[in-house]
Amino acid sequence: MKKLLIRSALVGGKKRDVLIDGDRIEKIAADIDAGDCKVIDADGLTALPAFVDMHVHLREPGYEYKEDIESGSRAAVAGGFSAVCCMPNTNPVTDNKYIVRYIKDRAKEVDLAKVYPIAAVSVGQKGETITEMGKLKEAGAVAFSDDGRPVESAQLMRIALEYAGGFNMPVISHCEDLSLVNDGVMNEGFTATLAGYKGITRASEEVMVARDIVLAETLGARVHIAHISTKGSAQLIREAKARGVKVTCETCPHYFAATDALLEGGDANAKVNPPLREESDRLAMIEAIKDGTVDAIVTDHAPHAKHEKEGGLIGAANGISGIETSFALSYTTLVRSGAITLEKLSELMTANPAGIVGIECGALKEGALADITLVDLDAKYTIDKNKFFSKGKNTPFHGKEVYGKVRYTLVDGKIKYKEV
Amino acid sequence: MKRDFLCMDGVSAETLTRLMDDATVMKKQVLSDNKTCDILKGRSVATLFYENSTRTRCSFEDACKYLGATVTVVDVATSSVQKGESILDTGRTIEAMGTDAIIIRHSSSGAPKYLADNVKCSVINAGDGLHAHPTQALLDLFTIREKFGRVEGLTVTIIGDVKHSRVARSNIVSLTTMGAKVRVYGPPTMIPQAAERLGCEVCSSIEDAFIGSDVIMGLRIQLERQKKGLFPSYGEYARFFGINPERMKLANKGAIAMHPGPVNRGVEFSYALCEDECCYKDIQVTNGVATRMALLKWVLEG
Repeated sequence: MKKLLIRSALVGGKKRDVLIDGDRIEKIAADIDAGDCKVIDADGLTALPAFVDMHVHLREPGYEYKEDIESGSRAAVAGGFSAVCCMPNTNPVTDNKYIVRYIKDRAKEVDLAKVYPIAAVSVGQKGETITEMGKLKEAGAVAFSDDGRPVESAQLMRIALEYAGGFNMPVISHCEDLSLVNDGVMNEGFTATLAGYKGITRASEEVMVARDIVLAETLGARVHIAHISTKGSAQLIREAKARGVKVTCETCPHYFAATDALLEGGDANAKVNPPLREESDRLAMIEAIKDGTVDAIVTDHAPHAKHEKEGGLIGAANGISGIETSFALSYTTLVRSGAITLEKLSELMTANPAGIVGIECGALKEGALADITLVDLDAKYTIDKNKFFSKGKNTPFHGKEVYGKVRYTLVDGKIKYKEV
Repeated sequence: MKRDFLCMDGVSAETLTRLMDDATVMKKQVLSDNKTCDILKGRSVATLFYENSTRTRCSFEDACKYLGATVTVVDVATSSVQKGESILDTGRTIEAMGTDAIIIRHSSSGAPKYLADNVKCSVINAGDGLHAHPTQALLDLFTIREKFGRVEGLTVTIIGDVKHSRVARSNIVSLTTMGAKVRVYGPPTMIPQAAERLGCEVCSSIEDAFIGSDVIMGLRIQLERQKKGLFPSYGEYARFFGINPERMKLANKGAIAMHPGPVNRGVEFSYALCEDECCYKDIQVTNGVATRMALLKWVLEG
């Protein structure tokens, strides 16, 4: 097979050629002889290790009308991602090895992004008994989560943390106290009061974050907190980390790039769980990203069909189709603004999430896996949901101007996305 | 002063050795055509089992008979216990009939000690809650010594629900007393807090649990534990924590597999292991009678 040469990309701020042999980077240097290599002209583009999204919903099996492994993978590579971890709230639930294998096999057939299934914590996500975590790991699951629902029973969570820990597997906790949600449809705050909607208190998230920290600390177990959205959650995790608790966490671009002000007009595309919060929370997310409290940026890519977002806020489905806007929103909000460096953003979007779920990711060094994304950092563009590869067009960011366009995505040394 | 046998704590290596030496003699008697003797002739023993049992209760009854003692089986299911009689009143009633020793099994940890503190006759613990099962540990010790000729220096690894096992607790104590190295392994949901402070090591993988072991001891997975969800399924348990001939090959040459019974075939022990010559579960049963004879003699005759 021909080698691939990325010509003149910015690698760590320097103009470099990147020679790829098979799925590995063979050499990074100035002016590599192209020989008979296939060449990508990357002049003006920045090379980054391709992103890893440890929290997406690909909806297959069961909800293919929202998204499927093919459309979701296509959206992933278009967003600069070489690997995604898909949540188990499928139908049937990804709680057995057969579905894990199905997802992996289907992803291989599709042959775009690498798909790593996350299996359910509890059978049927019913919160009653733990799944066959050992067998699920053998089948290829990389973590356990009942995402979409909280593990309500603290005892079940305890068992899950201990049992999964025996297989050295992370448990990802969707932190939500359902009794505190109390039919709320958006953040409990000024906007909800103004617009006349029932609110969801921050406490519904924070009490569960606190519970899981206590469990992890008491048991000496490891826990990963999904999609944090509040200042209070960040503070709980910050303090826990300082005490040496084995807790990691993630947040999503919509929690640091948007607030519940987007819901003023009743746009259900901004309805998400946990809900968009207020400016003080948004700023707290950025602060938590800066100081290392947040380990990973994930999309919680949650595609829905058009009809599921219509008919007003109250009945609308929760979730944002976010995998194709993640980099631009993050880059614009965090790097362009000067809050963090591009290198830091890269860690949050690649190496850190890959480390949490224990998968190999790309890196820009010789011998490393050639999962590479080429981005045009100065390209300014307007987000257009109609151009999404995802079946889910449910984004509150349609029409927003951002910087940072993904031009190419390489997975295992092969071009899986090229902007046209 | 009366003698009780409530747990392995504080039982010296000297006492354990003497009991095993006596059991060696008793075993010959059990296996002979002349099983009975007069050592405990004229003595009276009662069994008081608040929990189900086959092995322990029958072997105690046999042990009493072989030693010439009379044995009264208190059937808890049809006794005044069903009328709400307390353990203390039941115990004192039995004692008042001239009983020399009460053998008690109870689901509450500490029940035999409570009884022993309140009656003048001897009390033998045949298993209390999650706390202790010292006669099982004694027969296990005897079985190991009989096979290897010693206990000191051997590595014994206990695999399974250590957290909820009175067998494991008693074994850890007596094996450690006799100089064996004790290790434990199982789903983390079944490993007790501070296991290391019991004097045993916690293995990091199923392979580690077998490598270097002379004795692998399986523990019964209790259905009620499964209902509490401490592990997901029997199939998963067998796959990741089960004992089978292939895994036994990782252990030291001549290693044996023991189990207090009853075995869940295909779960703790594979079907093949149950038929393998390294499986000592039936030998343990025979040894249960001999060691309980030695114990009864020690308790009642000194």
